[in-house]
Amino acid sequence: MSRYRISEADRPYAEEFRRNLEADTYYHSPGLQRVLNVMRGSPKAGKYVLIVREPHARWALGRMPAARGEPVEIVPNVEYTDLKQAEWDVFCRRWKDLTGADLGIERPGRP
Amino acid sequence: MRILAYADRISVAPGESLAVKVSCDGLDRYDAELVRVIQGDTNPAGPGYREERIELDLGGPFAGRHQALRPGSAAIVEPFPSARLTDGLTLAVALWPTLPGAGRQTILAARDPDGGRGFELALDESGAPSFVLSDGREEVEVSTGRPLVAERWYCIAATVDPVSGVVRIGQRPKRHYSAVGDSGERDHRDLPSGGFVPSGQRLTIAARSGADGHLHGFFNGRIEAPRLLSGALPLAEALGSMDRPADPADPRLVAAWDFSRGIDTEGIADIAGSAHGRLVNLPTRGVTGRLWQEHMRDWRQHPEGYGAIHFHDDDLCDAGWETDFTVSLPELKSGVYAIRLFADGESYYVPFCLRAAGESRKRLCFLMPTASYLAYANNRIGIDVPETEIMCGRLMEMHAGDLFMQAHPELGLCFYDVHNDGSPVYYSSRSRPVVDMQPGWVGKLGGVGSNLWQFNADTHILGWLEHIGIAYDVVTDEDLHLHGATALEGYDVVITGSHPEYYSLAMFDGLRSWIEAGGRLIYMGGNGFYWRISFHRDRPDIIECRKSEDGIRAGSPGAGEYHSSLTGEYSGLWRRNGMAPNVLAGIGMVAQGFDESSPYWRTEASWSGKAAFAFEGIEADVVGDYGLSGRAAAGIEVDAVDHSLGTPPHTIVLASSRIHTQLYLMVPEDMLDPTPALSAVETEVIRSDMTFYDIDAGGAVFATGSIAWAGAMAWNGYDNDIAGITENVLRRFLDPDPF
Repeated sequence: MSRYRISEADRPYAEEFRRNLEADTYYHSPGLQRVLNVMRGSPKAGKYVLIVREPHARWALGRMPAARGEPVEIVPNVEYTDLKQAEWDVFCRRWKDLTGADLGIERPGRP
Repeated sequence: MRILAYADRISVAPGESLAVKVSCDGLDRYDAELVRVIQGDTNPAGPGYREERIELDLGGPFAGRHQALRPGSAAIVEPFPSARLTDGLTLAVALWPTLPGAGRQTILAARDPDGGRGFELALDESGAPSFVLSDGREEVEVSTGRPLVAERWYCIAATVDPVSGVVRIGQRPKRHYSAVGDSGERDHRDLPSGGFVPSGQRLTIAARSGADGHLHGFFNGRIEAPRLLSGALPLAEALGSMDRPADPADPRLVAAWDFSRGIDTEGIADIAGSAHGRLVNLPTRGVTGRLWQEHMRDWRQHPEGYGAIHFHDDDLCDAGWETDFTVSLPELKSGVYAIRLFADGESYYVPFCLRAAGESRKRLCFLMPTASYLAYANNRIGIDVPETEIMCGRLMEMHAGDLFMQAHPELGLCFYDVHNDGSPVYYSSRSRPVVDMQPGWVGKLGGVGSNLWQFNADTHILGWLEHIGIAYDVVTDEDLHLHGATALEGYDVVITGSHPEYYSLAMFDGLRSWIEAGGRLIYMGGNGFYWRISFHRDRPDIIECRKSEDGIRAGSPGAGEYHSSLTGEYSGLWRRNGMAPNVLAGIGMVAQGFDESSPYWRTEASWSGKAAFAFEGIEADVVGDYGLSGRAAAGIEVDAVDHSLGTPPHTIVLASSRIHTQLYLMVPEDMLDPTPALSAVETEVIRSDMTFYDIDAGGAVFATGSIAWAGAMAWNGYDNDIAGITENVLRRFLDPDPF
């Protein structure tokens, strides 16, 4: 469990993540990495995962169960056709889960 | 996945046969064909999936049937001499439970199947010891009512006096804290109306027999020194008897199992008589017991400290399926083949190596790293391990196979998992369906791009060999373990897989001897030759690894448990066994990260000098800034030169990677005094070195130091500088001239 708590002060890192997705790079600043570590370090129960509907083409959003053998929950009516879109959507969901506020930044690549 | 299967062997020669065991879920019929596996990556950006169908009638179509997977370890004593217990009994045992309160768990039962007559000692639903007597119609149960605390040693005793009709049970912790309240006893004054009738059929430890003929009620934790005496001893005396080994001269002793005997076997010894038993599903032996002391390190030196067996409800050593059909392999060229089973739009592959026939060996050999495939068999990385998303730097993708694994934990575990009770997994077996060892399988740790791992990642190498048209044979780790250097005799060049991480002593020595005799090795991967494993002496389908001291690992063995139970060898990193990977490969593991890979920057030595042949015709200063495994050639797990660990002094570094993300961190075994500068962004230690060294006998090693290398070779239809470098090296290595 991370000690760090994401707050409004981390908003510049959300902007950076959006830019990095657009630039297609995995080289993040230490501050953004810290935010991502908190978001991605959640325990298994309820963790967001992508359910592959068509390999390399289409994904649904799922949430892992707590224990082995239990079914993975599908989040209704959410599907992605590109992985950056999925990363950004889950980043926004986690931002809201962790801070209680909407991020309010438009997703990358939106026409 | 409605078809699952495995075979009895993973390496066969023409003329030998393969027994295929299949289970179907809701399929009445299925068919089978033989294919040669060439390229298993289905990524549209990759070189294209490719397999070759072999014209061979396998006898299908076959009738589909379901065969179950039944995990859970136990001991069975059959027949059990219960006649001596009719005058009453005393049962005593030491216990270290790991999941008390997680359902009813049998400790010892001598009872007709499914709750029939006899007796049973168990942990009840609350985790308290409970003793049950049954005459087949009526049941009496007495519990201490005191739940045990997990991972603490207890002595448990139960007595039955058929004359007075008193049944007693008691528990005593090894270390008593009055505030914990985990000691106590209870008695009950009525036997079942039919009296005390011991069952004469079979005795089971850590599970009970069900009416369906299978074991149920598995115990999680350690059991030590169970013993049965005729007559009811005073409870205090019965509990106190556990302070000493059982005395075979005691005329009251009916049976006493000493698990410190035959630790490297699958039998349990009765020191009182002949009620010896056998283990089912390979519970963990060579683990510390109630008498272990801190100076004990090796069960061979101090067996008295290792009298416990750790049972798990998720141990699975051998699925034990019946054979559905047998394939006799004809004279085909050596290669990686698979039995493809198919029905109703579904396929399941059972891969294996077909070795060269007799004298027809070619000059080049692909050493198929089957021990490493086994180490990762059915791994639940990314499914059970939530941190995988941090390690990979992106969301986990759950393919149909991953969802199947989440739904079916009975497929069994591997070295990257922990048991249901949180203890590390020491054994892995291929006598079960290994669903992630199939062409087409997408992994978790293979980097941005194709995301392949182990078996399927290695098909990038097979595809490349096919592309350049150089003939090759295939030999497995298992062959190298069983036959040493002889398995490689006659080959001029050996190519490894992308991640040949797990090596037995015989494998390490065999490969090294072959190089010293003039063999030339292309180490086509990263984090190779890292963990020391032991093979089961009689069953090469089973391997063991105890990740002692340090290294990157899913769990840590307890103190005193660093020696393999199968052989007694000191398990763990080869580096901690005095033979770091650097001794053999020239380089050794320095870091891992599972997002982006890095290109290599060339050194002066790549332009001129002894090893410049590798870069002949390559004009770029920077090579490998592309690929299917992290979008560059150096990454995933990376190795570098370290002379202090045995890199040969004359090793030539041809190129090195430089830019890795923050996810690449220094390996624990290099981290002496943790500082904040341990990521690849800050430390130059983290890099992949592309190296060459040769020895006087003509032997040589070219090392890439990167799991991502094979994925870069496969980029752009195998037309790129990384593939070019590899081909340069291979052709030069096949040229017998000295370097």
